[in-house]
Amino acid sequence: MPEQEQIVALTPYARSLGITHDGWDAGVPVMRVDFDETVEGRPEHYHGGATGGLLETAGYAVLRAELERLGRDAMLKPINITVQYLAAGKSRTSFAKGRITKLGRRSANITVEAWQDDPARPIATAVMNVLMAD
Amino acid sequence: MTDQPRKFDPRAATPFFVSRGHSGWLGLRYSDHGEDWVELELPWREDLLGEEGQRVLASGPILSLMDMASGMAIWRAMDDFTAIATLDLRVDYVRPAREGAAVFGRSQCYRVTRSAAFVRGVAHDGDIDDPVAHIQAVFMKIAPNTRVMHDA
Repeated sequence: MPEQEQIVALTPYARSLGITHDGWDAGVPVMRVDFDETVEGRPEHYHGGATGGLLETAGYAVLRAELERLGRDAMLKPINITVQYLAAGKSRTSFAKGRITKLGRRSANITVEAWQDDPARPIATAVMNVLMAD
Repeated sequence: MTDQPRKFDPRAATPFFVSRGHSGWLGLRYSDHGEDWVELELPWREDLLGEEGQRVLASGPILSLMDMASGMAIWRAMDDFTAIATLDLRVDYVRPAREGAAVFGRSQCYRVTRSAAFVRGVAHDGDIDDPVAHIQAVFMKIAPNTRVMHDA
């Protein structure tokens, strides 16, 4: 698969938070963050902001991967994000994966899910709109 | 300060919340508060940039800042340190924050019910009339001995 060769670009913020690229799932980058104090809110649980950061990062990652595949080059700017917190994030690794719902010329609509043990039981989901500037 | 004495004092409580964990990592600081709102400061940091080669703060830290300010605004409005959890948080990023500028997150708790608390707020980089982001969020109170959040 050609996408195995691709390197997922992480923002300085994502790297600093401890987010890494875990692998690919059918051409979609899966992002992960291990539990440590950097992501901790109330004791032994993820901070909502850290979970949101993981979701956003996975959203940008799937969009960058798709733009690369299409040979498109764009600067990505956030328009908005809505996060739904479904379950408390416990003190273990979290994963996130995005899906591009609509790729337009100037903006993309992306849905993202984050999970811990079972992808079928997400701990949080997000919908985000991203502006693609030349 | 014209505030009545209250149990939850955001100024006194902030150092405790930011002493560790995610808020500590972000380096959040107390900025200001009112009867039903709290403002925290996110100092400029080189390692929180959003795009390689561009000196613009990432959007993620603003989400964290607003989540924290919202939680504290709820405790302020309820004047009670009940356990709460974010249910839904929306952030509209209306413009990038200025390079090198600290970002302030001001959140207001405008309604508390038996089980939920509703907040709205803005993030700005010095002028609250020219925000960088607007937010809207709902938090749930976590009732003692009740598992509102199912275990993973």
